[in-house]
Amino acid sequence: MMKFSRRATLLGLTATAMGPMSLALAAVPGDKRFIVVVLRGAMDGMAAVVPHGDPGLSALRGAAPQGLLDLGGFYGLHPALAGLHEFYRSGELLPVHAIAGPYRVRSHFEAQDFLESGADHRMTSGWLNRTVAAMACPAMAVGVSVPLLLRGPSQIANWAPHGMAEPAPDLYAAIAALNQGDRVIGPAIAAGLKERGFSARALMGKTEETNRNAFPALAASAGAMLAAPDGPRIAAMELGGWDTHTAQANRLVGPLKQLDAGMVALKTALGPAWKQTAVLIMTEFGRTARINGTGGTDHGTGGVAFVLGGAVKGGRILADWPGLGAGKLFENRDLAPTTDLRSVAKGLLAGHLGLGSAALEQIFPASAGVTAAKGLV
Amino acid sequence: MDTRSIHALIRFGLGRRGTEQLPADPGTWLLSQLRAADPPRIDPFPSTASGLAALRDDRANKPMPGQSKARALFVAQAAGELGHALTTAAPFQERLVWFWTNHFTVSLRRGECTGVACAFIEEAIRPHVAGRFSDMLLAVMRHPAMLLYLDNGRSVGPNSLAGENGKRGLNENLARECLELHTVSPAAGYTQDDVTALARILTGWSIEIQGEPQGFVFRPRAHEPGEHRFMGHTVPPGEEGGIAALQFLANHPATHRFLATKLVRHFVADEPASADIRRVEAALRDTKGDLAAAAGALVGLESAWQPGTKLRTPREFVIAAIRSLDPPEDRRPNTLGLLGALGEPFMAAPAPNGWPDKAADWAAPEAMIRRIDWANGFAGRLGARDPVEIADLTLGPLLRPATLDAMRRAGSRRDAFTLMLTSAEFQRR
Repeated sequence: MMKFSRRATLLGLTATAMGPMSLALAAVPGDKRFIVVVLRGAMDGMAAVVPHGDPGLSALRGAAPQGLLDLGGFYGLHPALAGLHEFYRSGELLPVHAIAGPYRVRSHFEAQDFLESGADHRMTSGWLNRTVAAMACPAMAVGVSVPLLLRGPSQIANWAPHGMAEPAPDLYAAIAALNQGDRVIGPAIAAGLKERGFSARALMGKTEETNRNAFPALAASAGAMLAAPDGPRIAAMELGGWDTHTAQANRLVGPLKQLDAGMVALKTALGPAWKQTAVLIMTEFGRTARINGTGGTDHGTGGVAFVLGGAVKGGRILADWPGLGAGKLFENRDLAPTTDLRSVAKGLLAGHLGLGSAALEQIFPASAGVTAAKGLV
Repeated sequence: MDTRSIHALIRFGLGRRGTEQLPADPGTWLLSQLRAADPPRIDPFPSTASGLAALRDDRANKPMPGQSKARALFVAQAAGELGHALTTAAPFQERLVWFWTNHFTVSLRRGECTGVACAFIEEAIRPHVAGRFSDMLLAVMRHPAMLLYLDNGRSVGPNSLAGENGKRGLNENLARECLELHTVSPAAGYTQDDVTALARILTGWSIEIQGEPQGFVFRPRAHEPGEHRFMGHTVPPGEEGGIAALQFLANHPATHRFLATKLVRHFVADEPASADIRRVEAALRDTKGDLAAAAGALVGLESAWQPGTKLRTPREFVIAAIRSLDPPEDRRPNTLGLLGALGEPFMAAPAPNGWPDKAADWAAPEAMIRRIDWANGFAGRLGARDPVEIADLTLGPLLRPATLDAMRRAGSRRDAFTLMLTSAEFQRR
C-alpha cells in the first residue's frame, strides 16, 4: 500500500504544479484531513435517510421501504448504506437532515455552481479552494477534473487513475436512448453495452445494477494519498448518478452502494489517519417530497448531507425537522430546509481545521448571519 | 445560424473550433483553402534528411525499445501534426491531406518508415493536395517512406548488374499496390505481366541511407535494362521510363474513376451515387488530374450538402471534440495515445489499403462504447462552461431537440456535454 500511495502521490502531485505548496506542509495543525464529496445530480435525502417516524410520510411516499437501518427510531438509513450504518454505530457518522444551501434554484448546473462557490451566486473560485488558501496546505482533486469547489487562486493537484472514465449506468442509458434512432450508432451502442454486461432492463432503470463507475477505487486512491506523510491534506471527489426522475427505488441503489463502498474504502486506505479525518458529503439540493408519476422524484430543496470520519462526533442525527404534514412543505412540494449547509461546512472548518471567524467570512462571503455549527468534531 | 455554414465546417472540415467565425459563403471559404498552404508549425519540421539520419543511427546502435531515435522523432512530429488539426483555420485542406495520406498509406506496422512517416505527409502529400495527381503520385513513389514501406528500395532487376550476382531479385510489392490501390485499380483489367513489368520499370528506385545526400536515389546498377511492355505500351529503360509509366497511370481514365469514387465515398456517402462520381471524374479528366478541381467538384455536389450521411472516424471524432471545447494548449489530451486506444492509431493502418471509409467499419460495439467512455472523461474538462452554449456553437441548427432536451435535463454539466459529444449528430459529419 505504501508503494502505491507513494507512486500515486508522485503521479498526481508532480503532474499539476505542486512546487510552492510542498513548502507549506508543516502548516496543517495536527495533520488533519478534510475531504468533500460532491454528489452531482441531487441525491434524494428522504430516500437516503428516511423519516419514517413522520406520520406525513406515507401520504407522500407510500409505505416506508423494508430493511431500513435504524438511526435512533425516527429515521432509518437506506439498506444500501450498510457501511455508513456501521460508522453510525461506532459514532463516526453524523447525518444532517433538512439541509440546503442559501439558494433556491432547481437547476442542477446553477445549484452545483452555488454549492461549490459557497454563496447564492456563482463565483470564480470555490469555497474549498479558499479554505486551502487559508490553511496553506496541499490539496488535491481526485478525478478527471478539478471541480469549481477546488478551483481558484490556490494551486490544486489533480489525480485520476489511468484508463477511461466510464459513465454511470443512467448516463449510458440516456446516451443509448438518444441514439437508438441512428441505424448505425444505435445498434452498436446497444450491443456494446450488452457486451459490457449491462442488461437492457438495467439500462431502462428496471433492476438493481451495480454501478461500474469506479468510485470505491477512486476513494481508496484518495485515502492512500491522504495517508502519505507528504500527501495532500484537503481533497475533493465527485459521484454522479443521483438524478432519479424515474424508477428511483431501483436507480438509487447503484449510486448509494458506490458511495457506501467508497467511504469504507476511504477509511481502510487512510489507516491511522482516519482518526484525524472529517468528510463532508453534500449534494446540490434535495428532491420533491412526493413521488412523481413515474416512480421518481423531481428537483426539490431540502435534503441530506453526511458528516463522517474518525474525528467526527457522530452516532446521532443533526436535524431541526420541519415535518411533512399539511402546510409544512416548502412551496407545497419540497422538504423545507431548516439548516444552512454553510453552517455545517463552517462548523467543520472551525472545529476540525481550526479556522477563525475572519477566515470563515472570507471563505463563505456574506455569511455572517450563519453560525458555525458547534460540536461536529 | 445557416445550416450550410456549420455543415461546411463539419462535412469538409474538422468541426467548429470554439467560437471561430462561421463562413458567410461556405463554398467560397472551402475553395479559398485550396490556394493557401497551411503547413503545421512543427519544430523540428519533418524532413526526409532528419528521418533517415535517425534510421541510420538506429540501425547502427540497435536501440532498446523506447530508445529509438526514429520513434522519438515520429512521436514529436505526430503530436505536431495532430496539434495542427486542432487549430488550423484551413480544415478542408487538412482533411484533403488526411484523405490523400490514407490513399497512399504508409504504415508504421511495416518496414522502417517510422522516422520519415511525417516527412512523407509534408513532402509528398501536402504540397500536392491542390496540385496535379501525377505530381503527387511521382512524389509518393520516390519518397523514402513509401520505398521503405513497400520494399522497393531493395528490389533489383534480374538482368541488372546488381542482379547478375544472384543474391537479390525483383520485389513486386510497390508495383502491385501502385496499380491496385494508388492508380487504376483492378477495374482497369491489368494482368500479372503488367505487375511484373511495372516492378521491373521501378527497379533502381531506391533510398540513400548510409551515404550523402540522404534521400531518393536512382541506382542504375539495380535497374532492369531494356524496354518493357506495360499495359499495351512500350516503356523505355532508365529512370525516365518509370516517370513515364507513372504519368500514364496518373492520367488513365480508370484512375480518374477510382479516385472520384473514393473522394465521393469519403466526403459524401458510404455508397456514392454514380452521378456524383461522374461529376468528380469529369473534373479530373477535363483538367488532367487537377486535385483542386476535383475538390471543387465535390463541394459543388448537391448531395454533399446533406448533413450527417457519414460517420466520423475515431480521429475525426476526437479532433472535432477537442476543437469544440478548444482548451488551451497545455490542457489538451494526448491525441496520439488516444487514437491508439480508440482503434485508429496515427500512421499505423493495418495494411497498404489504408483505413476503411464506411460507417460499418467504425461502428463496432466496443468501439462505440469506448468513444462514450472517452467522451465522458473528456467532458470532465468542461469546467464551469455552459454545455448548451457549446452545443449551439458546435452544431447550431444540426443539434436535435431531443439532444438539447436531454442535455438540459442532465444531472451535471459534464453529463450534458457527454450527451452532446456522443449524440448521433456530433458523431456524424
